[in-house]
Amino acid sequence: MATMLGGPATRALPAPGKDEPPTGLRSRLVKIVLLGVVVAIAVWAAFPLVANRAWAGLAIEAAATAALLWIYLSGRRIPAKYLAPGTLLLIVFQIFPVFYTAATAFTNYGDGHRGSKDEAVVAIQSASVTQVPGSIQYALSVATTGDPATGPLVFLITDPATGQVSVGDAEGLTKLSDVTVSSSGKVTAAKGYTVLTAGQAGLRSKEVTALAVPVEGGAIRSAGLSRAYEGKAGRAYDKGCDCVEDTTTGKTWTADEKQGAFVAADGDRLAQGWKVGVGFGNFTRVLTDRSVSEPFLATLIWNFAFAIGSTGGTFVLGMLVAVALHAKQVRGRNVYRLVLVLPYAMPAFAMLLVWRDMFNTDFGLINNLFGTHVDWLGQAGTARLAVLLVQLWLGYPYMFLVTTGALQAIPAELSEASRIDGAGAWQSFRRIVLPLLMVALTPLLISSFAFNFNNFNAIYLTTDGGPFPADNPMNGATDLLITYTYRLAFGGSGAQYGYAAAISIFIFLIVGTVSAIAFRRTRQQEEVYA
Amino acid sequence: MTAGTKWLKNVGWRHAVGLLAVVFSLGPILFVLSAAFNPLGTLSSSQLLPSGFSLGNFDKLLTETDFPKWFLNSVVIAGVASAVSVFVSGLAAYAFSRRRFRGRRVGLLSVLLIQMFPQFLAVVAIFLMFATITDYWPAIGFNTWWGIILLYLGGSLGVGTWLMKGFFDTVPRELDESATVDGASHVEIFFRILLPLVAPVLAVTGLLAFITTVNEFVFANIFLTDSGSKTLSVGLWGLVAAEQRNANFGIFCAGTLLTAIPTVAVFQALQRYIVEGLTAGAVKG
Repeated sequence: MATMLGGPATRALPAPGKDEPPTGLRSRLVKIVLLGVVVAIAVWAAFPLVANRAWAGLAIEAAATAALLWIYLSGRRIPAKYLAPGTLLLIVFQIFPVFYTAATAFTNYGDGHRGSKDEAVVAIQSASVTQVPGSIQYALSVATTGDPATGPLVFLITDPATGQVSVGDAEGLTKLSDVTVSSSGKVTAAKGYTVLTAGQAGLRSKEVTALAVPVEGGAIRSAGLSRAYEGKAGRAYDKGCDCVEDTTTGKTWTADEKQGAFVAADGDRLAQGWKVGVGFGNFTRVLTDRSVSEPFLATLIWNFAFAIGSTGGTFVLGMLVAVALHAKQVRGRNVYRLVLVLPYAMPAFAMLLVWRDMFNTDFGLINNLFGTHVDWLGQAGTARLAVLLVQLWLGYPYMFLVTTGALQAIPAELSEASRIDGAGAWQSFRRIVLPLLMVALTPLLISSFAFNFNNFNAIYLTTDGGPFPADNPMNGATDLLITYTYRLAFGGSGAQYGYAAAISIFIFLIVGTVSAIAFRRTRQQEEVYA
Repeated sequence: MTAGTKWLKNVGWRHAVGLLAVVFSLGPILFVLSAAFNPLGTLSSSQLLPSGFSLGNFDKLLTETDFPKWFLNSVVIAGVASAVSVFVSGLAAYAFSRRRFRGRRVGLLSVLLIQMFPQFLAVVAIFLMFATITDYWPAIGFNTWWGIILLYLGGSLGVGTWLMKGFFDTVPRELDESATVDGASHVEIFFRILLPLVAPVLAVTGLLAFITTVNEFVFANIFLTDSGSKTLSVGLWGLVAAEQRNANFGIFCAGTLLTAIPTVAVFQALQRYIVEGLTAGAVKG
């Protein structure tokens, strides 16, 4: 660390003592303005909390603001003044999510287990709604508050009797004003919503069919894309037996508080459940359930191979090039350097996608160049080699740069002396230069390992975890734990937040342990504490 | 041993390794260049060496997509996030480097520990948390600059503090002691002595943070779903999503080049400082 600042730092020395320090008045003014801004933000943030009756949130916010004022209005507590901004951000956007993750890992939170039991009952009743004679018919427009392809869907419906337009989602119905209604009663535009065209709505017809807007005694559902009806619930919750009964067949599903679901005597489970604590269930599932633990173990091993392979490969190649070009006789070293860092300066996300398309079977450059027709990313072996090659390309310029830097810091006399003592070029490199390099570069190799262990982009943007075995679409051959987790949480076939959170904890433990052992061995800490 | 073989043994192999590395490094970049200027603009018609020249892809990129908006979003989000993050971690590093207080050691260790839990792993929790924030305060929720900037800032203390503390530790304490004797307050010592001294390295750290943020994909992809609010990484990714992969490849490569130009320029200008900054432990891949 000490050599790093050699050049630039000393030149940038200011001339202390020439200018008078700024008057106390000015800094006091700055302080008052900044604290005023803090209070203003706090007041602004308080309004929605009050409106939503989030008293706990309001109390925390008030306490945080008071703590900030207490720190900055006092003449003492100097370290706190410097630590407060970062700590505040850290607590809100990092520590809180970490604890939230940890808490989620002990629940069955996910699709089908999102809310409370009452919400599940409402969802079950609305989903069982069927059209009965005399149901009210509405003109329907499907709309969204976000992007037409992915945003949350809502129904815009017009009451045939009153002409009142309302917006409905899974929560219920809300009246709307500020809308444009066509002569047929269909809503064509509404403030704050994007009305989907027939084509856009058609693409999401499954979601449209699934959406049920709960109303008194039933729900409003769609019949096609432009009509909706208010139907009667076919299933009802009975508080006495804590069960759901189908009014036509008489079948009952009893609440199971351990699973957070309604289960019938024959084992049939209703899709809509609620969130319950499952203790260590998600963790033991990783270790004991064979259908889960086998892919998990395979992914873990490949994850280590990928991290070690990426770090090791880039280091070896980067060092080789650095050592080769580290000699006075080599002309044009600066040109080499200029060209070799280019991959590092290119936007990594874009180059990952370019590499993905270079490996494309039908149009890809690699098959074009060699006249082959290989599905590189479609077979486990070649796909793994491919992602490692891509990482090598992206990462070795970094290793080249840092090794060059470290080589320049090793006095040439050392290897010269060993040569005089009779060591060969290889021996002198192996015994003198390499150990010194390793001292300087080990911390970087550790952080590179930790980075690559969770290198989400490297996989997600190239193979997206694939190829997938036929029997398990959730876990592919090049999946890292992190991409696997991401698919569990956000993938197409039902979110499993609780389980995904449990795997996150595992990843943290693994990376933390490996890094801690490695750092301990390099005795980095002692140096930094000095 | 003739002069020729001696040259081969001492210098020749070095050039051979260097040239091979150059070919490896430049291949994909050449391909991007050639595809960007390819008049047909499809993946299947793109060759390693340019087969024609046309600015059609750039024209389409700038007129038919929201690329200019993505560019602006990326620059603003990454610019603000990296600058503020360097400043905030600099503040904390000053306290850790120059002040002795209760909980200093515990604080340093906690920062190291928290850093090992990448924010990334909490992606589910952060998503749920920001869903609530979007309900309460839409101005700092999904699809806004502020939301994602705040999120990126949450990780700043963990990443930058140790690095920056290392830089501050290399500045002799005698400097601030003499300034204190001259009547300087701790604020003046921080802003007028320490910050200017480490400024070049700070600039590089900031630049690397900027590049990392521009490349950030996961959170940007979850947070920014409206076309007008996307960043470059999310927007360009969408251009070559599934069906349009072949057809849009030329436009995508044109976008890649435009994204790279500022970075490459700054990189070449700051090259010697970058080596120093890199050695201090920034990683990219």
